[in-house]
Amino acid sequence: MSGHEHDDYDSAPGDELRMEGDVASGFRSYVLGLGLATLLTVISFALPTTGLVWAPAVPIALVVFAIAQMGVHLVFFLHITTSPDNTNNVLALAFGVLIVFLVIGGSIWIMSHLAHNTMPMDEMMRMQR
Amino acid sequence: MLGKLNWDAVPWHEPIPMIASGTVALVILGVIAWVVLGGHLPYLWREWITSVDHKRIGVMYVLLACVMLLRGFADAVMMRSQHAVAFKAAGFLPPEHYNQIFSAHGTIMIFFGAMPFVIGLMNFVVPLQLGVRDVAFPTLNSVGFWLTATGALLVNISLVIGEFARTGWLPYPPLSETTYSPGVGVDYYLWAVQISGVGTLIGGVNIVTTILKMRAPGMGYLRMPMFCWTALASSLLIVAAFPILTATLAMLTLDRYLGFHFFTNEAGGNPMMFMNLIWAWGHPEVYILVLPAFGIFSEVISTFSSKPLFGYRSMVAATLFICIVSFTVWLHHFFTMGAGADVNAFFGIATSIIAVGTGVKVYNWLFTMYGGRIRFDTPMLWSLGFMVTFVIGGMTGVLLAVPPADFVLHNSMFLVAHFHNVIIGGVIFAAFAGLTYWFPKAFGFRLHEGWGKAAFWFTLAGFYLTFMPLYVAGLLGMTRRMQRYDFEPWHPWMIAAALGTVVIAAGVACQIIQLVVSIRQRDRLRDVTGDPWDGRSLEWATASPPPTFNFATLPNVSAEEPYWEIKQRAREQNKLRDEPEYEEIEMPRNSPTGFVCAFFATLMGFALIWQIWWLVGLGFVGAYVTFVVFAWRDVPEYIIPAHDVALLDRQNRSARKDALSTYAGPAE
Repeated sequence: MSGHEHDDYDSAPGDELRMEGDVASGFRSYVLGLGLATLLTVISFALPTTGLVWAPAVPIALVVFAIAQMGVHLVFFLHITTSPDNTNNVLALAFGVLIVFLVIGGSIWIMSHLAHNTMPMDEMMRMQR
Repeated sequence: MLGKLNWDAVPWHEPIPMIASGTVALVILGVIAWVVLGGHLPYLWREWITSVDHKRIGVMYVLLACVMLLRGFADAVMMRSQHAVAFKAAGFLPPEHYNQIFSAHGTIMIFFGAMPFVIGLMNFVVPLQLGVRDVAFPTLNSVGFWLTATGALLVNISLVIGEFARTGWLPYPPLSETTYSPGVGVDYYLWAVQISGVGTLIGGVNIVTTILKMRAPGMGYLRMPMFCWTALASSLLIVAAFPILTATLAMLTLDRYLGFHFFTNEAGGNPMMFMNLIWAWGHPEVYILVLPAFGIFSEVISTFSSKPLFGYRSMVAATLFICIVSFTVWLHHFFTMGAGADVNAFFGIATSIIAVGTGVKVYNWLFTMYGGRIRFDTPMLWSLGFMVTFVIGGMTGVLLAVPPADFVLHNSMFLVAHFHNVIIGGVIFAAFAGLTYWFPKAFGFRLHEGWGKAAFWFTLAGFYLTFMPLYVAGLLGMTRRMQRYDFEPWHPWMIAAALGTVVIAAGVACQIIQLVVSIRQRDRLRDVTGDPWDGRSLEWATASPPPTFNFATLPNVSAEEPYWEIKQRAREQNKLRDEPEYEEIEMPRNSPTGFVCAFFATLMGFALIWQIWWLVGLGFVGAYVTFVVFAWRDVPEYIIPAHDVALLDRQNRSARKDALSTYAGPAE
């Protein structure tokens, strides 16, 4: 598979040149996306007040809906798909997610570990006595 | 009206900065006078300042880098001589001045020496190696260069107006907060690095897009030359890591300008978060610099061993491995900050593992040379010097990756010796190898071999004489960034290091002489065919210097070493490829957008540093208006007629035909 021929079928995020002549289906996809995004938003706001979900599980449920929301945005608005013309976009997204995960996850881990080698204050007081 | 700026900002009573800046001002005035009075201004404006040609921009990047390397070297000479004389004495640099010098040295060498050099070489070489006519976004490329130049200019203005940071090359809080650094020094650092950081990010986006989208027909990913692979990995790292730097410095800026408390000691701030974030950028930055260096050595070693690169695919894998793993090692810069054994062990092991990728590369270079017909031209000498030096630096690095050892060596001269060992031995040697290797491609004549070899040997010997003593001083307990000391055993090593700096200075002098001599003897050193080193990749398939459009017809790639294949076929059949059908070529028009944007960015940066708010607004609006004017342009391209293309290409073909007729088999 040579790079150049492949590139002819590669599209940038949001690039709709290939959707020309198919306005109706493009419109349907946006409306569907908008509907799903609104639905997920409404659920997220309604969830804590209705009591339908066991209270301690609400934060986890909110995280799940937030991730679903990101998925909806990526698929319907940014047009990230699994088709071959999207390989570069998917790889770029994967790389970005990996880096964000490493930097944020690593920072949280490091910063929560910071005082590890510091003597707790009460122990220091006890030793001084 | 002028914010914090007044006449006291100029250090009238300090002889060293005044003499230095006076000399620089005279040189600049002289150059400007020569350009204007000699009538060169229209040429300079038309052909260079407004150029969007990736080759011209690459050359300007490298020129900026060379000037800044000289500035950084002047700082280094001052530090080494200060240490030689400051034993039980004050030396000649007062502490606040000494602190500015080591901060400026680090900032200039990394941001304005090494980075522009590497980005300049990528800019010049990548499109030629890919067999295409320009980068993906030519005007954006020019904007990126001029913003980098803006940053360099701001740092150098700090020599005359105000002061530079006294915090080290990474402004650690709380020292860099307004409580402890009330002057404009840290602000100079922040805005210079922020503005040039935008330029770097633009350059990175440009090169990623160029490599992913614009290869010659048939040039699949696994047929790209090694330098393109390393340029891709390095640019991906730029795109991923530079936003972290921008965000971190923006938070420090908010602390300093608007009284925020991200990194302060009080009100819930945490200075240690700064160390964490800055190194999350800082370690990938190391690989942003050294990966393209590995690419240069791969090209040079393969060409001068007259063999294909050994283990091409393992080289690609090692490059991508380093690209990812470089994001999992940053804590090794602050093992001593207080994390427990779990965290330190994880990052220590990751640091040792990343050395494996580099090890693979070293073996590949060795096996490339094995059995090859090696030619010891200057680029090859730099590469051999690199292999020995870098392995030593790598081993001290693996030693520092062991947390218990790091607790002893942290912030010592041992560490200083280690990172100079890898950055000089890796990046700077590669920059000079690449400069000598691609100089004939850029200008049409080779650099003088004798002076080049002298420069190499002086630099190599001077490097060892300077930095091996620093390793010893570090093991004897000497910490970095000391203005004076009174511990007897360190003194002889400091004198040895100062002598080493004299030897390096001889190497620097040789490089300057080499350039002058080569320009004077350019007719004798002329590269007629465009293939002076018996090269293997596509940049040698076109004339030296290449025409604006690089290639008259885009080459068709069918193997890993496209130009070598074309050349071998020509040699076997004893004739060149048939003359192609020439067609007209569209090229992007020159644009002053980059220069004008950078002019306003300079005003804005200077105004932000001195808090001259009306000028900030003016600079911002000016830069934005420039962008809007560019966006409304009507004619983005011009056409080179087929006739002109044919004329230029036939010249090169006839030179190559002559060379082919005198070809007498491979050189022994």
